[in-house]
Amino acid sequence: MSKNTEKVKTSFLKAFFQGKGFQSFSASSIAILIGFVFGFIILVASNPFNATEGFMTILTGGLIYSGYIGIGQMLYLATPIILTGLSIGFAFKTGLFNIGSSGQFIVGAFAAVYIGLKWTFLPVEILWIVALIGAAVAGGLWALIPGFLKAYRNVNEVIASIMMNYIGMYLVNYLVVQTIFDSKKNQSMTPLLASIPKAGLDKIFTGSSVNFGIIIAIAMAVVIYIILQKTTFGYELKACGFNRSAAQYAGINDKMGIMLSMVIAGALSGLGGGLLYLAGSGKHIEVVDVLAAEGFSGISVALLGLSNPIGIIFSGLFIAYITMGGFYMQLSKYVPEIISIMTAVIIYLSAFSLVFKDRVAGFIKKRMEGKKV
Amino acid sequence: MDYVIEMLNITKEFPGIIANDDITLQIKKGEIHALLGENGAGKSTLMSVLFGLYKAEKGIIKVNGEVAKIHNPNDANALGIGMVHQHFKLVHNFTVLENVVLGVETVNRGVLTMNAAREKIMSISKQYGLFIEPDALISDITVGMQQRVEILKMLYRENNILIFDEPTAVLTPQEIDELMGIMKSLAAEGKSIIFITHKLNEIKQVADRVTVLRKGRFIATVNVASTSKEEMSEMMVGRKVLFEVQKSDANPQEVILEVKDMVVKSKHHHKNAVNKISFKVRKGEILCIAGIEGNGQSELVYALTGLTPIDSGNLIYKGKDITSTTIRYRSAHGISHIPEDRHKFGLVLDYNLAENLVLQTYFLPEYQKSGLLKFGNIYKHADKLIKQFDIRSGEGAYSKTRSMSGGNQQKAIVAREIDKDPDILIAVQPTRGLDVGAIEYIHKKLIEERDSGKAVILVSLELSEVMNVSDRILVIYEGEIVGQADPKHVSQQELGLFMSGSKREVVE
Repeated sequence: MSKNTEKVKTSFLKAFFQGKGFQSFSASSIAILIGFVFGFIILVASNPFNATEGFMTILTGGLIYSGYIGIGQMLYLATPIILTGLSIGFAFKTGLFNIGSSGQFIVGAFAAVYIGLKWTFLPVEILWIVALIGAAVAGGLWALIPGFLKAYRNVNEVIASIMMNYIGMYLVNYLVVQTIFDSKKNQSMTPLLASIPKAGLDKIFTGSSVNFGIIIAIAMAVVIYIILQKTTFGYELKACGFNRSAAQYAGINDKMGIMLSMVIAGALSGLGGGLLYLAGSGKHIEVVDVLAAEGFSGISVALLGLSNPIGIIFSGLFIAYITMGGFYMQLSKYVPEIISIMTAVIIYLSAFSLVFKDRVAGFIKKRMEGKKV
Repeated sequence: MDYVIEMLNITKEFPGIIANDDITLQIKKGEIHALLGENGAGKSTLMSVLFGLYKAEKGIIKVNGEVAKIHNPNDANALGIGMVHQHFKLVHNFTVLENVVLGVETVNRGVLTMNAAREKIMSISKQYGLFIEPDALISDITVGMQQRVEILKMLYRENNILIFDEPTAVLTPQEIDELMGIMKSLAAEGKSIIFITHKLNEIKQVADRVTVLRKGRFIATVNVASTSKEEMSEMMVGRKVLFEVQKSDANPQEVILEVKDMVVKSKHHHKNAVNKISFKVRKGEILCIAGIEGNGQSELVYALTGLTPIDSGNLIYKGKDITSTTIRYRSAHGISHIPEDRHKFGLVLDYNLAENLVLQTYFLPEYQKSGLLKFGNIYKHADKLIKQFDIRSGEGAYSKTRSMSGGNQQKAIVAREIDKDPDILIAVQPTRGLDVGAIEYIHKKLIEERDSGKAVILVSLELSEVMNVSDRILVIYEGEIVGQADPKHVSQQELGLFMSGSKREVVE
């Protein structure tokens, strides 16, 4: 009997350590750790006297200086990048590289703010919902263009969506000025009526900008996870992404599959834009010639989360946490530029998690075999 | 004994599989040494170890009696080891000359100097009878010519140990004969050749000795002259193999598919790829479409299965016009298709075996409910087919198909297509690149399908397959049916005349 239970136990342990989830998690952790080491080196190089203090700030900053507000802010900052991360991660899983997240994000943001300001004939209770749906639709349509080109003309989606980023940015600048412009501040007006509800989160994290958006973000991650892993729809989309010819052979409409993948990816990015600009946190669409950074952070989020929707929730939270810690590092007399470099280095190296994944698997296998001998 | 290469007790593992288990291979100077084994027996792995692409866990390699450390192909090259890969490593928009010198260019003050290289290449080419056109682009020359360029690359680098990885898989019968001649003359000049293959005829034709591997293990090294084909195949497969396909006479019944004046325009040139083809297929017969590659077979099959639209003509299936129906309609109504390119069409290599086995059926109520996949049933189905068709892989139903051997990938496709219980099975070169054991198995399955009253369309380039398996032969040449033959009453020579376009008769 006891021999049997032992066997079950070891096989359980073995299954756990050899499981894909554990391997992915340790790979991401190693990547983060190496990122921290390099980040620390940068701090030492720039100002050795405050390096330790500064480093502790970035590790613990959000929590030590502000407690619950810190957590709330982290959730708030994580919301849009979880969505852009999902957008890019979902596209990866279906064989597409959606580098156009930035454009889809800002187009979605505009749609949300516009609806929030102009469609006030709608009841206040549903205005924000309609605005968010508008954001997702706008982002999806924006991504449909590269999707269509890829499906029917085999235009590389990377090229097409990079172009769509710039078109999106300038178009939104133009439309903001034409329709919802606050000329004194050179930015969009405030859609007060369409703010996303706090859903009680402001009671827990008093003073922060967290709102119902984080719940929507997590829910979307779960939905994407289910689509990809459990549904025939996800099976079809992945087949198109992995091998378009085989998908055709299987009778799957490959053109439709590619377009739908892009539309879903775009809708997620657009929704991310809506969630950020309707947060009621004083964020406005500024009329400047800069691409939305959230679209590119999404790439790191997706890579660090190994494109797994559930992993993306955590990598989004982590990157938000680092960003916030960096903010507090100014207290340790570091100029913002160094802080930006430091956080960028951590995020950059975090994205190397894929490199470590195979190593971890090999290491565990060796250990397991060592035990057997 | 003086061996130029000795690989002693080599062991190489991959996750879930031991590819090489204590294998020893010794090559003498000036011999052609065949390496024989089924797909997945570990031939390619062993050669990759020798060539420095993989590192063995155990074992040593000796070159000219001295222990050598080979970490990458450059080390191998420095030791005089060269390899012609199964898939050529050529730059398609470079000329023959440029490809040969690539990596060992002669340079004068940073400027390429091709003249010396050209002279050297032309003299090698003359010495070994490897005639080439030095200024032709790789993309413009035939596969056989491309292979010569690969051989020239090795000779240009003065390699003395030449590895040929299944070199005949891509060649026409004439090209194969030429290659055999070239290999013999190379060996006569003192080069040592390792010839990886699973074709026994070719071993008999050129090799001096043969080393047989089976399932990653060393079986034996024997002299070719004193070993019969039957003995070799038994060593390779582990049991007796029937070379003659055993089948009873066909019992053709009613017509199930009729092709009427089908035209498919070519994507590459102005002629029609399929030009006014008409034929009928009956239940209970194996109809073979024979022909040399590129004469419209692929386009014909794409049109039959719905992968490309037909430009004119009709397809009548079970009395119904299906000319403009979708791929899924045809697949769901009993047309099964074993595609010629298993990597491009047959499998999603990043999906696991179970997922691939439901590639055209995942939407049936058996495997999904309101859009959610029933993984329980999908894996049960996979386990059933794995058992029934003896599909081998590292992790069973969960194996990524990419990690499986070619023969088992093909078995998986055959299993899936036959399990669909089709009325008509279109098999395109179903045994390409497979070993005798797998070929025998697939032929047996095709005949079983026929005997259970199904129609089989077999598209094949291998004359022996055409002659042995089919009940009726149609020869296709430049997109037209140029002859019809009964395999019992036609000679290979006569078929060859039809296939090369030198003979033509009107087919009803």
